[in-house]
Order: sequence, then structure tokens, then C-alpha cells
Amino acid sequence: MAKMKYSIFSLLRQARDYHRGWPKAWRSPEPKPSYDVIIIGGGGHGLATAYYLAKEHGITNVAVLEKGWLGGGNTGRNTTIVRSNYLWDESAHLYEHSLKLFEGLSQDLNYNVMFSQRGVINLAHNEHDLKELSRRGHACRLNGIDYEMISAEQIKQIAPIINISKNIRYPVLGGSIQRRAGNARHDAVAWGYARRADEFGIDIIQNCEVTGIDIENGRVTGVQTTRGPIKARKIGAVPAGHATVVGNMAGLTLPVESHPLQAMVSEPIKPVLDTVIMSNTVHVYISQSDKGELVLGAGIDGFNSYAQRGSLDVIEHQLEALCDLYPIVKRLRIMRTWGGIVDTCPDASPIVSKTPVEGFYMNCGWGTGGFKATPGSGWVFAHTIAQDRPHRLNEAFDLKRFETGFLIDEHGAAAVAH
Amino acid sequence: MLLIECPHCGPREQTEFTCGGEGHIVRPDPATATDAEWGHYLFMRKNPKGLHYERWFHAHGCRQWFHAARSTVTHEIFAIYGIDEPPPAIDANKAGSR
Repeated sequence: MAKMKYSIFSLLRQARDYHRGWPKAWRSPEPKPSYDVIIIGGGGHGLATAYYLAKEHGITNVAVLEKGWLGGGNTGRNTTIVRSNYLWDESAHLYEHSLKLFEGLSQDLNYNVMFSQRGVINLAHNEHDLKELSRRGHACRLNGIDYEMISAEQIKQIAPIINISKNIRYPVLGGSIQRRAGNARHDAVAWGYARRADEFGIDIIQNCEVTGIDIENGRVTGVQTTRGPIKARKIGAVPAGHATVVGNMAGLTLPVESHPLQAMVSEPIKPVLDTVIMSNTVHVYISQSDKGELVLGAGIDGFNSYAQRGSLDVIEHQLEALCDLYPIVKRLRIMRTWGGIVDTCPDASPIVSKTPVEGFYMNCGWGTGGFKATPGSGWVFAHTIAQDRPHRLNEAFDLKRFETGFLIDEHGAAAVAH
Repeated sequence: MLLIECPHCGPREQTEFTCGGEGHIVRPDPATATDAEWGHYLFMRKNPKGLHYERWFHAHGCRQWFHAARSTVTHEIFAIYGIDEPPPAIDANKAGSR
């Protein structure tokens, strides 16, 4: 397939020819009978894994199997926030590695992922919030991650639409900012990885649902799919909300539970906010897209669900907080709401791990905050699969930690309560 | 949003309730359980796609716990039963396991 380097010159050339000459960004191949590695799940994490398998480890006989379309799950449903201000060393290093990969991602992929380091502010509404944020800040700075505590007045300067009056139910007492954090175009991350993986000869197979995993003598041999059986020496599963379903196929029980998480956008308005502001306590986070929509994240429903839709009371609760904090949005209409299924872990940290089944690897449990980790997750997972052992960045995120008790409790740093 | 039939108060809105997660988890004897068994008890969950036997708490009502058998795909509630009752048999196909 003709490879095309995207640049200002290719854009001009195509413009001259009325944009009729753009080649497809990736092929739609038929599945081959066997591969060295099969990745289950064609979201951002799965595609990133495939890309880094080829780029970092020279493994290109790889297929990515996706039951729907690329990036149609949580990759296309999140609120696109990228940050690395986590409390524990293990998470801080993993998420910071991911943020650093994001910083060079558009160049690396030759695909504009529109990574915008507009800063992420976390609000404190009570004394405990202030202490928690400042504790997390000290931890971050010890790990070399930029993090500053800022006052309510400084927040008001950065985001004039915020209400810092003392007379609201949960007044803003201050907050923290990570200036290198920001957001990125979520679809572009999936598409950029897909295009580059495809250039390495990796087969990306959509509309191909895995229905079973073949295991002989404790070792994987292949998968059963809706498009027939495919053999593989190694299988990496990145199934997000369906982690348990895929894990069960390999005989695994996992500590994850699936919940609906909702988000929404308002009608587009003129630019009013050039940063990301999150509040864990009143539970709302907000940014403004390039189109002008306010992008708003809500919470999860308390019950288990695979339905990709959540309850209205969750949205109501979140919009109440929003109107209190940003009074100018009160008369805006909400244009779209949607839900995704997140796989939450008891310690709000992911599992990127080998499993008791030889040649079968799991990457799941990212819960409500997987998008920011897309490059880092793929990078360490590719290492885990290629070398058959975890990288030092992900060895703590082993499935075994639920036996040993070495949990990585990030409930404070996760934006959404698990 | 669900309409939940509290066994004590009748049908009420879901916002009055708290979901207590998977039901019928048996606590092993901490004196004899291995680390693996204890970890399994604390953290491992069935998380089925389809029929789920789960606990609910009528937090803003009678403050009683009870069980529900519900589909995690359609959210349909098939049965409500007492906190000390065993799970009723329900056709998993009906619950939309796939």
C-alpha cells in the first residue's frame, strides 16, 4: 500500500487535486490463519500496543482484532484529559512516561493528535482537599512531575468564568495545577496508531469479535472469532469494559467490575475556557473543545452494567455542581450525552500483567482514567508481551497484587470515584 | 434509572438505594485461608455480562438490605429476595448473557 507522509506539502498537493488522491490510512485485510501475536481490542491501548510491538521490538506479524470499529469504545467516549499527577511512585512513573510519549506523539506518528498542554487544575473545596492535593503535589515533585498549588484568586485569573464566591455550598478554597497536562484529540490517537501500525504490516481487523480462547496444556494456541479461528503464539487482551468477559474465556477471574461512566457536551459557544478544571469533591470536570462545546465528565453508576448508558440522576448531580461553579453556563443546552463501560479495579489502578496462562497477557482495569495512559500503556504492554516479562514501569501492576496485598491505591488521584 | 421494588416499602426510585455489589460471597475462615483465597474473597468478582445476583440497600428508606437478580445488559430486574435467602434459579438466556 502506498505510504504517504502527511505534511503541509501533501496537503497542498491534495488541495490542488480536489482531495481526490488521499490513500486509505490503513488496510482492511482478511485475517491470516496465524500470527505471532494477537491483540484483542482495537481501541487506543490495543493499537498502541501493536505499534510499539513493531517499533520497539521488531514484531510485525501481529493482528489487532476489534469487535466493532476502531476507537469506538472508551477511546471515543472519554473526555480526552491527559495528566500524570498521581500519588504513588508506581503510578506517577507510568503516567508520566505516557505524558512524555504524548509530548512527541504527533511527530512520532506523523499524525496530528492535537495534544494541547493547556494545564489541568484540580479544585479544593474543603480543608481535606487542600491537604490531599498538597500531599499529592509533594509526591509528584519528588518524582520530577510538575505540580503547583495555586490560590482561588490565581484560578480565577486563569479561568474567569469560575465562581470563587465564599457563599456557595462548596466554595473554591484553592487548588493545584499541572501545567504540562492538557488534552488531546482522542480519535486521532487511535487513528494515528492504527495508521503507523498498518505501515509496519500489522493487520487491523475490524468487525471481528473474539468468542473463545484456545488453550492447550496451560498455553494459548489461538482464538475463536466471528470470522473463524486464528492461531497465535501470544495473545494480549486489552478489552476495557469487557475485561471479565475476555478473561473468563481464558479461565481467569479478575478483580474488575464494569460500570457505566457518562460524559456530555454542551452546545458550542465562543472560547471561555483555555484549560481543564476538575473537581473531585463536587464531581464535575470541564474543558472546552476546539469546536466550542463544553466537554463535561460525570460519574459512574453504582451498579454493574455492560449497557453503555447511565442514569439521568448522575447527570443531574453533575450539572448542579457545574452551574454552581460556572454560573454563566446555566442557560446552555446539553447537546449530546453518552456512556461507556469502564472496568474498575478495587485500588483504582490498572492491571498490565502476565497471567497464569502462558502466552496470555492482560491489560485492563484502567477504570475511569485510561485515555491519558494510552501511549504508556501500549508501550509497557508491548514490552511485557515481547519479552514475556513486565517492564519495571508496570511490574507493580501485576495481577498478583490482589493476593500479596501490594495495592496501589489511587482513589485520590482518579478523577471519578470508583 | 431503575425502579426497584423494595421488599419492605414497595416500588421506589433507584436514587433511594445504594448498590452493594455482588451478593452471596462467602467469607473464608481468616485463620486458615491462604493469601490467594483471602485475596479472592476480598477482590475477585464475577462481573457477569447478563444475570447478576447483587445486594441493594434502601439507604433513604427502610435502611434494610436485600438481594436482586438483575441483567447487567438490559438492567431488567428478575427477582427481589431477602438478604438471607439463596439465589433463585433464573434462565440466563432470558437475562441476555450475550
